[in-house]
Amino acid sequence: MTTALWIGTRKGAFMLRPAARRRAWKLSGPQFLGHIIHHVVQDPRAPKVVLIAAKTGHLGPTVYRSSDGGRTWREAAQPPAFRKASDGAQARAVERVFWLTPGHSSERGTWYAGTAPAGLFRSEDGGERWQPVAGFNDHALRPKWFPGNGTPDGELTHSINIDPRDPKRLYIATSPGGVFESTDGGADWAPLNEGCAADFLPDPNALYGHDPHCVAVHPRAPDRLYQQNHCGIYRLDRPERRWVRIGRAMPKQVGDIGFPIVLHPADPQTAWVLPMDGQTVWPRTSIAGKPAVYRTSDGGKSWRRCDRGLPQSQAWLTVLRQAMCTDGRTPRLGIYFGTTGGEVWAGANDGESWRCIGRHLPEIYSVTHAV
Amino acid sequence: MSCTVRIPSPLRSYTAGAATVPAEGATLDEVLASLEQRFAGIRFRMVDEQSRIRRHIRMYVNTDEVTALSQPVRSRDVVHVICALSGG
Repeated sequence: MTTALWIGTRKGAFMLRPAARRRAWKLSGPQFLGHIIHHVVQDPRAPKVVLIAAKTGHLGPTVYRSSDGGRTWREAAQPPAFRKASDGAQARAVERVFWLTPGHSSERGTWYAGTAPAGLFRSEDGGERWQPVAGFNDHALRPKWFPGNGTPDGELTHSINIDPRDPKRLYIATSPGGVFESTDGGADWAPLNEGCAADFLPDPNALYGHDPHCVAVHPRAPDRLYQQNHCGIYRLDRPERRWVRIGRAMPKQVGDIGFPIVLHPADPQTAWVLPMDGQTVWPRTSIAGKPAVYRTSDGGKSWRRCDRGLPQSQAWLTVLRQAMCTDGRTPRLGIYFGTTGGEVWAGANDGESWRCIGRHLPEIYSVTHAV
Repeated sequence: MSCTVRIPSPLRSYTAGAATVPAEGATLDEVLASLEQRFAGIRFRMVDEQSRIRRHIRMYVNTDEVTALSQPVRSRDVVHVICALSGG
């Protein structure tokens, strides 16, 4: 199986491919130079198909689609857009397409997109035409869930997860807003945030308003969910509704704040996070300038520091929520992350030892695996 | 009514590189619809789904900035589309 990485950046999309034995990596691109690329996602159901979420500094947001592995691209005929507001209603417009997720394996051609401001969109024709998911975008409780209180990048809908056993069970997250679940294909939604801290809210037991940074459903054990939240790392085993803060087992001096969380493709007990500084004014850089990935192999009961090969001091990395992935190659899984400083790092053997495989790139927004 | 639209560089991927294109319409809205018919997708990059000119797009009819798509456009007018960008 050939491995490659799609790199989405603030200035375009790039690809990294390994040369012989993955000792050296070759960078190609940019494609869409100057475009803001939030996500590049390959379709596992049809690997030649790749979707890109793009906009520029001036122009409205859109989606591009390739059906030849990224050699040529065509813009969506109908990009994600909210419905036209009736008189007096709140008139929302998509500012950016932030997240892309292929639909259920039984629904070829179906894709989901998450946007800012908070919005969920669905395409049933491979990303050509996008329709609003009205059950979420126009939910009666939306004004309570997403009051539009003006975070710097707006409310972001992301972490769109589809239960591999049931295409109608969806989990999504909105920052801020919380985790939401639908069991009817998106017609109705309910918050799923019990147990999650929200230190910034007046009500410690709030049902929504939380800030999930990244949520992942395990593909082989879909009742197991992991979450990296603004306030900790969590695990949820359905049908339970209460998240358990597994980040409590992280070293106190490191804490359990960060953006991405990635899961082992086969072992539901194993996950990786990349802690960042969430103290005072939220620097969101590696703790004390010493970047490290942490791995749990027991569902969050304990965490192992993996920093061999990473800089040992004065390295103030920030890694965003889409910018970490695995290559799916077991055993000896490869873990990858990209930094806002334009470096790509590869962690061999389940993330045990790291080396930089790409540098001098623009600010990295996403790192995704392609075959 | 026929006018001329000056296309900024970020939108010339839609016009096959053309910096100036002819368009038809008695209002700015109709001119943009005429552009969309020839260059599919171009309107949504300039105007959002609520028919508002996007935040970093400016439009002028001749030398007057316009903010409403209902602005009349006369024959031989020049519509300028400007992209406003600052910083890196």
